[in-house]
This record gives sequence, C-alpha cells and structure tokens, in this order.
Amino acid sequence: MLWSFISRTRGRNRFDLTDWLTWGYLIFGMLLMFGPVLWVAMSSFKTDAALSEYPPSFLPLATQTAMVKGYDKPLPLYEITAGEHKGSVLAQIRRIGLNAQMVDPAHPDEKINVKIGDRQPKRELTFAWDNYSKLFKRFNFMRYFWNSVFITVVATVITVLFNSMAAFALAKYKFRGRMVVFLLIIATLMIPPTINLVPIYLVVNELGLVNTPWAVIWPAVATPTGVFLLRQYMLTIPDDLLDAARMDHASEWRVYWRIVLPLAAPAIAVLVIFSVMWRWNEFLWPLIVLNRSEQFTLQLALNAFQGDLQTSWSGLLAMTILTLLPITIVFAILQKNITAGIAQSGVK
Amino acid sequence: MLKPLNTAAQLGYRTAFGLFELPMATAQKLIGIKRIAWMFLLPNLLIFGLFTFLPIILNFFYATSGGDAILLAHRPYVGTENFASLLSCTDYLDPNTCRRDVFWRAVYNTGWFVVLQVGFMVAFSLLTALILNRDIPWRGFFRSVFFYPVLLSPVVVALIWKWILQRYGLFNAGLEDVGLSSVDWLTDANWAFFWIIFVSIWAHMGFYTLILLAGLQAIPADVYEAAEMDGASRWRVFSKITMPLLMPTMIVVLVLSLIRAVQAFDEIFVLTGGGPGSATTLILQYIYETGFASRPQLFGLAAAASILMAVVLLVLTLLQLRVTRGQAEN
Repeated sequence: MLWSFISRTRGRNRFDLTDWLTWGYLIFGMLLMFGPVLWVAMSSFKTDAALSEYPPSFLPLATQTAMVKGYDKPLPLYEITAGEHKGSVLAQIRRIGLNAQMVDPAHPDEKINVKIGDRQPKRELTFAWDNYSKLFKRFNFMRYFWNSVFITVVATVITVLFNSMAAFALAKYKFRGRMVVFLLIIATLMIPPTINLVPIYLVVNELGLVNTPWAVIWPAVATPTGVFLLRQYMLTIPDDLLDAARMDHASEWRVYWRIVLPLAAPAIAVLVIFSVMWRWNEFLWPLIVLNRSEQFTLQLALNAFQGDLQTSWSGLLAMTILTLLPITIVFAILQKNITAGIAQSGVK
Repeated sequence: MLKPLNTAAQLGYRTAFGLFELPMATAQKLIGIKRIAWMFLLPNLLIFGLFTFLPIILNFFYATSGGDAILLAHRPYVGTENFASLLSCTDYLDPNTCRRDVFWRAVYNTGWFVVLQVGFMVAFSLLTALILNRDIPWRGFFRSVFFYPVLLSPVVVALIWKWILQRYGLFNAGLEDVGLSSVDWLTDANWAFFWIIFVSIWAHMGFYTLILLAGLQAIPADVYEAAEMDGASRWRVFSKITMPLLMPTMIVVLVLSLIRAVQAFDEIFVLTGGGPGSATTLILQYIYETGFASRPQLFGLAAAASILMAVVLLVLTLLQLRVTRGQAEN
C-alpha cells in the first residue's frame, strides 16, 4: 500500500533511477533541514554533565546515581559486564588507575575492586527540565520575551494601519502628485536601511528614543513592501462599493475602515505574517539602539548569552528552543498561507 | 467559546477606528474630498521622511565630516578625507598595504562570499525546486521542510550550527566515528569561511526554492505535452523549455539573493564574530564595528563605507532593471 503510494509516478509505471534519486534527495534534505533543530532540541534536555560527554548521545541520557550509606555525595551507578560480579549494579567510589573501587549499595561496608573495562555506566532517559526552569528563575527570560512580543505586536499593528491608509489613498483617489508619491515609495524598496545606519541612529537619538522599544518600532513601520502589496490588492476592490457608501453620507474615513479594510483582509494577513517574521527575528538594528540589558529582545539576549563565557550551553540551548518555538508553532498552523503568500508576492 | 472573543474583537476594532471618525470627518469638511487623500498618506510619509529620506541626505554630511560626535553641528568638515582614507592602498590586491586594511579584507571577503553563496544557493534552490515540481506524494510537506529554516531567526540559526560545529560537537563525533580526525571548524580561517557560506545557504535557500517552484508551476503543462509528443529527451526539455521559460523568475532570484548577500551580517556575526582575525568579517560588520561597536565611534568612516556599499547595490539594481526590460522587449 505505502510502497505503491510512494512509487506513484506521472504516467509511468516503473520506479526508475530518477525516482530513487528524488527520494534520496528529499530524505537527505529532510535530515539536513530538520536534523540540526532536532539535535539542539534533544541537547537542550541534557544535564550539564551529559552535555560535556564525548562522543555525544542523541537522547538525553544521564548516568544514574544512588545515595549510599556512609558517603556524603550520590555515587554514580555502573553495571558490571564481566568478571566475578557480572550482572550486578555497583556504585563507584573512586577510580584508582585501571581499577575502580566500587560498592554494592545494599552492602555499603564491603569495597569491591573492578577493572574499569569491565563496567558500563548505568544510564537512563532523563529530561533536565531544570535547564528551562532556571531560565525563568535566573535569566529574566520573561522580560526579554515580553520585550520581543511588545515590539512585534505594536510594530505590526502600526505597520498595518499606516500602510493600509497610504495604500487606500494611492489606490482609490485621483489627485495631483499621486504618481510621484507612489514612485517615491517604490524607490525606497531599493534603499535598504543598512546603508543609512548612522543617520537613522542620529534621528532616533535626537528624538530621545535610544534604549526604548520605540527606537526599534518607528524606523521600519512605513514599509514600501506593505504599501505596494496592499495598494495592488485594493485596486481590485470595485469603486461602486465605495460610491454606494458615500451615497449614504459615509465619511471617507468610514469608507476606509468599514468597507476597504475588511475587504483587503487576505492581503493584510500576508502583511501581518511578514511583519511578525521581520520583527521577531530582527537583529542588527536592535543591536545598535538597545544597549541596556533590561530592554533586550530575545535575539539580543541570546546573542549576549552566547558571548558570555559564564553561561553554560544548557541554558543557551533551552533559550534557543524557546525562541524558535513560537515561530515554529505559527508556521505549523499557517504553513500553507505563508508559503503561498511568499510565492505570490516574492518578498520576505 | 469563540463567539464572545469575536464580539470583543469587533467592538475593539469599531471603537479604535470610530475614535478617529470625528476628526477625520471634520478634516474632510475643511479641506474637501479631493485633498483628504493626503490625510491618509500623512502618517506613512512622515515616517518615510524622518527615517528614510532625511537619513539619505544626512548620510552625505556624515561621510564628509570627521570626529566622533553624533551631532552634525559638532562635526568638522573634512571633505573627501573619509573616502580617501578608505580607498588609499599601495596595492589594491593586497589588503595589508591599505590604510584601512580591515575594510579591504571585508571587501574581498564580501566579494568571495557573494559569488560563492549566491552561486551555490541558486544552484541548490533550482535543483530542489525541480525535484519538488515532480509529481511526488506529500509535496506540500517537503516544500515546508526546505522552507522551515527561512523562518528561524539568524541568531537561532547561528547558535544551532555553533553547537553542532563546536570542538566536541556532533559533527566532529561523526567524523571520528568514521576514522577521520576532528577539526576546530570555526577557528580555522578557511573552514570558518566555508561554514558561513554553508550556514547562510542552509538558512535562506528555502525562500528562493519557493519562488523558483512558483515559476516552474506557472509554465503551462501543454508545452511539456507537446515536447513529449515530439519525443524530446529530458535534457532537451529542460534546456530548451524549462530554463528559458524560467529565466524571468531566475533573474528575480539572482538579484534578490545578490542584494541580500552584499548585506549579509546577522548569522555570521553570531556564528564567528567575523573571526578568526578578520577572516569572516563582511562589509556590513565593518560598518557596524566602525560606527557603533568600537570607541571612538567613527561615524564618518562608517557612513562613507555605507555609501560605497550603496553604490554597489545601486549598480546591481540597475542591472536588474536593464535585464528585465530587455526581456520584456523580447
């Protein structure tokens, strides 16, 4: 059943070489694209001890330990694979050269010598949830998360509002200077903000916005992409609908928000997806204008942690996973809309 | 469950927009229906003016002034000195002979990066798009597989690969497993350069695959059927039908990826920090470090460097316009 489904080919019945190559490529691609993320997800559940193990294991395994009477610290448990104690589980006290001094947890008084080659650490699947919980306790994770959410949501709302207003004016009115304004906006598509970093910083600085979320929000809300996308869509809304509302003495503002905006919902959805993606992932500009750690977005906090030698990989990996989780969930739900939107508009 | 939420959302929407009803209606009475369009354009144009048009002009003032003050009034005019300093080299092929040697290293690194990253990425995107265009089951799923990394933030992408490529990471363990020796991937200059290209292809190829796939699906099926009737070989169909018809999409992909590659920064900055030394420092990182990360902040030099980068981007964009126009005429 499954095989006939997989081997379905266009008009041909034979499963030939190109089909083998296709499936080989697809499976290799899947491993290459998902594998690294999965590996980091698994690693994020490992304890610090398991993280420093080499070669690493895929699953988060940890050596079991036991409290033995007469010893202060928990001792690691080993399974004996050869010799006279084969099959029993012993706790290790210390290593002396090629031998290990071990003890049976049931008889703590009797010390046993075992060759180190004759024992295997007893390991089991342990999820170190602690990696995640300590993010909330020690790393102020919620602060960064909130900063990112605030910037993303507010910037997206303003972007949609401003861009749709401009798009409405450009699509539904004939006034002198319309073409000039439209061309001016389109021309800025060719001027990426990266070439104006210094003067934009001056403007933001003069407005007193440095080290506030508004320094990240304002400079990029007037996206030419958004205006263009919405204008093209609004051109398809028939003018008769607008004129009918005007007959009923609706003001132009009312025409905009009661008729045009709801009808442009599909295009607005695309813009919302883009805006959320841009803002959640933005890095260089926040790096320049947000210097105080309490203002950091998630991306900045992640970057700061990885540069800080004090932080361990365990916290960093857990934070990486928490940062990619919201986008992953949104993608899993909306993947059709996202890929279709991008394929149609050709922007990212 | 959803109904009250929906009602609340509608109420919020009506209140928010209703608030502007009176001022906008008054404005309409005062300036007339013809000019109300400008009211709608105002917020957007204000932001554009403040954060796009004004900075373009200011950039030239910064590029022609010196010192480390951010306020233009406190900056002495130096003419073309910033440009002269950036461009002064005894031998342009050897960055060590240049006054701003890091700038020239960054220029050469960016050049190599752009050529290799764009070249390989477009090739792999095309291959992937061609495969996804075949009649395979779960096509939507596989399309998402290749697209997924595009959504990840650059910092996350860099950290994922940093974890895999570290000295005691998965990749080295795999190599030792098959009997090879492990390598410090990100501290060896050549390997670090290889990995920044690899990682940025990994992170972005899904986007271009998607655009190329859309281009492939726009090719009408009857063209292929006609070719099949004539008994054309697969290679002939690809080179005589698919490629020419895909060319407009291909140009868009090439130009978009070129423009993006010239401005590459985020993943590389987190992955290697531009190192070892300045082996993976690209031009945008040089601008960031000169203007913002190091003291004194040489805003003039950073602005001059970004104007030089803008010239390159402008040439690329004009090239695109020319090619697309040439195609439209054919």
